[in-house]
Amino acid sequence: MKQTSEYTGPIIRVKDLVKKFGSFTAVDHISFEVNKGEIFGFLGANGAGKTTAIRMLCGLLEPTSGALQVAGFDGYHQREAIKRNIGYMSQKFSLYEDLTVYENFRLYAGIYGIPRQERIRKTDELLKKLNLEESRNKLVAGLPLGWKQKLAFSLALFHQPAVVFLDEPSGGVDPLTRRTFWDLIYEVAHQGITIFVTTHYMDEAEYCNRVAIMSEGKIVALDTPIALKEQYKTDSMDGVFLKIARNKE
Amino acid sequence: MIKVSNLEKSYGEVKALKGISLEVEKGELFGLIGPDGAGKTTLMRILVTLLLPDSGSATMDGLNVVDDFRKIRKMVGYMPGRFSLYPDLTVEENLQFFATVFGGTIAANYHLIKDIYIQIEPFKNRPAGKLSGGMKQKLALSCALIHAPKVLILDEPTTGVDAVSRKEFWEMLNKLRHQGITILVSTPYMDEANLCDRVALIQNGTILSIDSPKNITKSFAKKLFGVKVETTAQRFECVGLLKELDGIDSVFSFGESIHITSNQKDINEVNVKEYLNNKGHQGILVEKIEASIEDVFMELMQNEAN
Repeated sequence: MKQTSEYTGPIIRVKDLVKKFGSFTAVDHISFEVNKGEIFGFLGANGAGKTTAIRMLCGLLEPTSGALQVAGFDGYHQREAIKRNIGYMSQKFSLYEDLTVYENFRLYAGIYGIPRQERIRKTDELLKKLNLEESRNKLVAGLPLGWKQKLAFSLALFHQPAVVFLDEPSGGVDPLTRRTFWDLIYEVAHQGITIFVTTHYMDEAEYCNRVAIMSEGKIVALDTPIALKEQYKTDSMDGVFLKIARNKE
Repeated sequence: MIKVSNLEKSYGEVKALKGISLEVEKGELFGLIGPDGAGKTTLMRILVTLLLPDSGSATMDGLNVVDDFRKIRKMVGYMPGRFSLYPDLTVEENLQFFATVFGGTIAANYHLIKDIYIQIEPFKNRPAGKLSGGMKQKLALSCALIHAPKVLILDEPTTGVDAVSRKEFWEMLNKLRHQGITILVSTPYMDEANLCDRVALIQNGTILSIDSPKNITKSFAKKLFGVKVETTAQRFECVGLLKELDGIDSVFSFGESIHITSNQKDINEVNVKEYLNNKGHQGILVEKIEASIEDVFMELMQNEAN
């Protein structure tokens, strides 16, 4: 099996990917590649097929047809390897609210089989970096939303995945925290970790290197925010999104 | 129509509302704008008589939310943040249920919901739990309206909803307002503030500002510049560089541009651009811009924190 560190090709490779549920085609022949260290935005209306696509990319769902590789692993036969090499954070923050901050780290480290010494060292390092040292033994339930968000992100990165999936990571978070969070995203991308992000905030779409927009199971637009705005002759990603949705009707 | 004065509510040690006062006029579309945990839901739940305040008072159409709760429940339509219809009942059965609970019929107030309900009517025999997000939202609004309430209270109806459905939802609210219904709506999306007659910016149980969106953005006291860069990588570096520039108070990414604020006389379009050029960044565009609600909100948040 290939190790992530040796793998140098595109982190995500999708070609003619299809997922059907009975007679319903949720994902309809989508193709794209995402490179190492790229921030890739994945947008679409509710029900466009985003969640189904992401579930396949995370190794949670087997595709119906088409090619899929994540971090060099095959989306049909190496789904467990995919799971070990990605990080995932959802809007619900996937934290255990009735465990302490420290216990959450221990749990994640345990799940990913990170050795004890390394776990202790990295936990200390991260708590320091996040300014959470004083909250080390506090229950996650009592933390402010912005802290939970940062904590969830750090946990998703704890096992040094090749790519991290952020599923609406900033819903409901205040505007200052939202921006601090994006600073963090940039920092991580800068270190070479690929970011795959969905959001309903169109200003956040502007922060991505490239953006794909899904509609009715297909990718209907894929380019840099600047190129998309030129193509659709509008001055914001909000405008792009609205024009695409309207053409559909 | 709604009058709230010095309202306080705590959950254990957490103060959810720290003495909030506001008034909503009859027929107004009033927005509560703020992030999760600001106290929006607590305030709404007190107004719809589902929660008792610790102190302070709230009235609706002159009726007290504590003493006259029975009367208030008849005159208010409430759409909670979480989908709260019966998932096993069909679309039509849910609507029927809510009409009957208030002693009415669907036919009696059909004119109020017609524009909205017509869009989900083709699915009237589908269980509500099997609807898409956008359709659930339309059904929930129909159910909140079917007893012809004087006041409509909507808790984050557009959260997690895509940009297109959000736009449609606000168009529906606008129509309802023209029918004379008073609407109090909460949202974490700052850009939606502009669609309200007046808004209260709320954070940590405190109101930061109440006014029309126009007056709120006009109140922004600092100079504000938008800096446009050519690539995503450049943006990251420029944000860092601008933070190091003397005389700049704040630097934030704002969609396609970077917003910087300053109180200094000698900070202007030309020298900000020169500064970035000298640091090796070309293709920079700097212009003076008007503040948005989000700029004001962040400025007020920072003042509050200091």
